[in-house]
Amino acid sequence: MAQTAAASADTFPKLLVRNANIYGARPAMRHKDYGIWQTWTWSETLEVVRAYAAGLQRAGLKRGETIAIVGGNRPKLYWSVMAAQMLGAIPVPVYADAVADELSFVIAHADVRFAAVEDQEQVDKIISVLDRLPKLELMFYDERRGLRDYDHSNLRAMDDVIAEGRKALAEDPSLGARLDAEIAAGKGADPSIILYTSGTTGKSKGVVLTGERSIAAATDTVTFDKLTVDDVALAYLPLAWVGDHYLNYAQGLVSGFCMACPENPETAMTDLREIGPSFYFAPPRTLEVLLTRVMIRMEDASVLKRKLFHYFIGVARKYGERILNGGPVPLAGRLQYWLGNILVYGPLKNVLGFSRVRVAYTAGEAVGPDLFAFYRSIGLNLKQLYGQTEAFLYLTAQPDGEIYSDTVGRACPNVDIRIADNGEVQFKSPGMFAGYFKDNEKTAEALTADGYVKTGDAGFFDDKTGHLKIIDRSKDVGKLNDGTLFPPKYIENKLKFFPNIREAVAYGDQRDFVAVMLNIDLTAVGSWAERHNVVYGSYQELAGHPLVYDMIEKHVADVNHSLAEDKKTAGTQIKRFLVLHKELDADDGELTRTQKVRRSFIADRYETLIKALYDGSQEADISTEVTFEDGRKGVISARVKIRDMTTEPVAGSLEKAA
Amino acid sequence: MRAPSNTGPEVAVGDVLLSVENVSLSFGGVNAVSDVSFDIRKGEIRAIIGPNGAGKTSMLNVINGFYHPQAGRITFKGRTRSGMKPYEAAHGGIARTFQNVALFRGMTVLDNIMAGRTLKMHQNFFWQLLRFGPAMTEEVEHRHRVEEIIEFLKIQEIRRTPVGRLPYGLQKRVELGRALAMEPELLLLDEPMAGMNLEEKEDMSRFVLDVNDHYGTTIALIEHDMGVVMDLSDRVVVLDHGIKIADGTPDEIKKNQAVIDAYLGVAH
Repeated sequence: MAQTAAASADTFPKLLVRNANIYGARPAMRHKDYGIWQTWTWSETLEVVRAYAAGLQRAGLKRGETIAIVGGNRPKLYWSVMAAQMLGAIPVPVYADAVADELSFVIAHADVRFAAVEDQEQVDKIISVLDRLPKLELMFYDERRGLRDYDHSNLRAMDDVIAEGRKALAEDPSLGARLDAEIAAGKGADPSIILYTSGTTGKSKGVVLTGERSIAAATDTVTFDKLTVDDVALAYLPLAWVGDHYLNYAQGLVSGFCMACPENPETAMTDLREIGPSFYFAPPRTLEVLLTRVMIRMEDASVLKRKLFHYFIGVARKYGERILNGGPVPLAGRLQYWLGNILVYGPLKNVLGFSRVRVAYTAGEAVGPDLFAFYRSIGLNLKQLYGQTEAFLYLTAQPDGEIYSDTVGRACPNVDIRIADNGEVQFKSPGMFAGYFKDNEKTAEALTADGYVKTGDAGFFDDKTGHLKIIDRSKDVGKLNDGTLFPPKYIENKLKFFPNIREAVAYGDQRDFVAVMLNIDLTAVGSWAERHNVVYGSYQELAGHPLVYDMIEKHVADVNHSLAEDKKTAGTQIKRFLVLHKELDADDGELTRTQKVRRSFIADRYETLIKALYDGSQEADISTEVTFEDGRKGVISARVKIRDMTTEPVAGSLEKAA
Repeated sequence: MRAPSNTGPEVAVGDVLLSVENVSLSFGGVNAVSDVSFDIRKGEIRAIIGPNGAGKTSMLNVINGFYHPQAGRITFKGRTRSGMKPYEAAHGGIARTFQNVALFRGMTVLDNIMAGRTLKMHQNFFWQLLRFGPAMTEEVEHRHRVEEIIEFLKIQEIRRTPVGRLPYGLQKRVELGRALAMEPELLLLDEPMAGMNLEEKEDMSRFVLDVNDHYGTTIALIEHDMGVVMDLSDRVVVLDHGIKIADGTPDEIKKNQAVIDAYLGVAH
């Protein structure tokens, strides 16, 4: 029923009105404030958003204009999105942790006149680049703290805007009718939001999405995962990321489920446990961090608990996935799993906040098979999906019961996927973007002549399962000098499956051999150091420690071993590696805001190190500029050691030699 | 440049909140503080600095009634006295933090800050034991205030963590929270940034300024980090060997020859 109603509403404000009508008293949004979960029902949400929209209209926001949304997952920022859309204006969310330069690029590029921001930090950031933003007129802030003494000529509190709007609506009955007319005037084909891509390669682009397409896509996946008004999700991922806008905002409005906002970013873990969401999304990185944390705590647990944990995790590994997939399991196995569920898996899921999760997704990067299997074996219905901003997220998803760690699933309902001759994945989908904002040239580049969107990813459909497999960004796949195919991501992912390795960047295109730069994981290696009495004073010192190098060397050798098993990849074994003296950071432009490696940028920045990797030297000096969150800069210099690896003979060639 | 001395109970902005006149304190033959006079005005951040053993902490202890000076007078909110008990100081609106963190290590952050509300609780012990009726209403009210402080200091994620498990910098922040829970008029901070790294110091400085700005709390702080002192404080008093050697704005203090000598030593 919800689906048919959704089909008639072609913009998000119309959906909001519909939800207030049919789900009026059901919770729409929760936010923890002063230690207590505050709840707004759908009808309360509609009331606030109408008041806010009326206030924004009085402030001068007009149909077709853009408004920047800068900050974390807070109800008032989501309401800013809703209120702007109600007036037909286009919200442009910006990553809360973007440094001033990135922020000013987006705000300037999107011709923003108004900005809804979270707090003093964001206000300060915008003020610091105000000279580059001649069009910006007014900022609305959520958190008053620290802003009292600021010049309020271009600054307003959101609360005041909402209160003004509420007063105006009460005083002038015709205003409400005009607001209704604004909602009705919104067309499904109008731009609904502009999401800037994280920009793995160069400057980010503004992806324009329309209301009707967004809603069509969300309706399909809501049906696919059977999401209803009874579901709950925790909105803890960046507001500006397509995933949050899709999974929480769009799906929430379409299905009427409740979206909970954490108290602050640091409390997300505790909030997760308190809320107990039924729909959950986590990038592989988050799942990795959680698992690392569990493992570290188990190391410190009593012998009995540790034994119990490892025994039952073993049981889960053996039977868990089969039970989840509905496969055949012997009775003894079922009994053991049942016991394990009472003693270990249940409590563990409870601690992690997964007790009520019905559907969980991971995406964004390849997920390690072990990691994936771990969560599934303890009974979490974790699935993979594949998508991108241009598609409004979903392209493929794994249906329940058809889960493989190395595929990303089947094409979603109404999504048309094809593999081009060069191996590139191309698609047509219900949520397809309308174009890049103010960039027709780029839009044309991204589309094929017959209207398919090029993803830039290389992949193929698996013959056995019919699922899509993604190999790599197609333009990243290179060749070694001897002609061996070199897929960097494949090697990097293998390395990153070790908890001690946080990030890896592999080089080899047009080189004689493969060499990698690594980042250690401070939590995992720090805990390892504690247990092995390794003393260190800083990240840099720990990263350069000979014992750490020894440990990492073993991991690299393991990867080489696994690469040697396959003839196709045996040639890409790692010959040399180094451990970087600093963590790769989005503030320095080394990662995207969604934590993806920007390969070419890193290649330029660490040119001396890469040169050293290939000229045979045993160590190299490097000094790099680092950017702090407030935009100040500093310099880190270090001497980085390089280790040589012995490569293993190819499994196949050994036979030939014999 | 001294504000006119105020004798009435009403204190206006910029008026003297507390004045110390000719205070001397000695332990046996050691003169910790000799004949020191200065004042703290309402709403300002007042720093007390000086080399080690200059008598700074003794001065703070005199102000909050922990030590009783042998000579001199202290006037707080118009009431003059030569000595009072710490609990009288607390009732009167003076709260403090300590040089070495003095929290209840086994208790959670929430409970520690809640402890700061003790003076504001009016229900008797038995009602509180029952946690029922008026005692519950009162506790909810206090909890609300405490949650405001927790949000103010951005320590939501450690609300339920026992203090003993927290890193030092956070413990200092919790201690500030407990002092704030008393809703003091005058907040005494004894080396709030000691042993902190640069980032923690920046955070703490921000909180001190915010407390001053947001709650309008008058702050007297002892601090060794000169950068912090010069940035934060409105006025600085400098002690050396228990004697006041300078008093003025940070700029004046920076140029004061006696201060430079005291810190760098003088060639004899």
